[in-house]
Amino acid sequence: MRSFLTFLVGAVFGTGIVFSGMANPAKVINFFDIAGTWEPSLAFVMGGALVTTFIGYRLVFRRAAPVFEPKFDLPSNRELDLRLIAGSGIFGVGWGIAGFCPGGALPALGTLDSRVIVFVAALITGILATRAVLEFSAAKKPA
Amino acid sequence: MVTEFTPFASLFGGVLIGLAAVGLMLLRGRIMGATGVLAGVLLPASLQDWIWRVALLCGMVTGPWVYFAVTREMPVIDVPAGILMLMVGGLLVGVGVTLGSGCTSGHGVCGMARLSPRSFAATGTFMLTTGLTVYVLRHILGA
Repeated sequence: MRSFLTFLVGAVFGTGIVFSGMANPAKVINFFDIAGTWEPSLAFVMGGALVTTFIGYRLVFRRAAPVFEPKFDLPSNRELDLRLIAGSGIFGVGWGIAGFCPGGALPALGTLDSRVIVFVAALITGILATRAVLEFSAAKKPA
Repeated sequence: MVTEFTPFASLFGGVLIGLAAVGLMLLRGRIMGATGVLAGVLLPASLQDWIWRVALLCGMVTGPWVYFAVTREMPVIDVPAGILMLMVGGLLVGVGVTLGSGCTSGHGVCGMARLSPRSFAATGTFMLTTGLTVYVLRHILGA
């Protein structure tokens, strides 16, 4: 039952991504192509998602805990550091090149489109390689 | 390449993305970030942790089929990038989201809805570098 409800949440996310156009790289890239074939649909995606989440989170946080877990598990780091900015900058370069972000590509896997599979395989490679390097450098550093 | 302006479908999709983010917070107390979900499936912290992420991912990939059931058409996935650029883009996205601890869904929707300063900085940075990359590729290199 828990897994089924989580599955449904995933289905709502995936359906939203597909209706929104975020799974279509041509549309994503056009949102950023202000000097060319600019098309503002993605502002509506961001607006709809942000307003809904902003209001919904405030209602959820009135609870002491989530339904299936003993407590909320939220990132508490509020420091801006070079790793955050450099990482986000690199992500944007990749997003601009490929037109897929992780949230757009994962639901698109459902179509079994070979280009989506190629992108996600490269995405996974990038995630695992970076994790390995981060863990290696953390292990080398004296505690 | 011109794409159709779809304010209603995009707003509807955005609201669904927001509802899913709220749903995951209500059920599991977690941020709905595609990067975090995927990384946790690849490198699970525990069996229980792995199971809900897999359930969520399985739900996500049904998105295109829900779209098909509603509209009787498969979603358009138009990829301007060639295979090599998809691989380069995917790798950079994987490296970037791992270093930057999140992507469009985690930082851009959930983090900004929580008014996290890190998420505002990350989102501003990747929107800027995505726009610059698209500009360079389309208008300077003419790709």
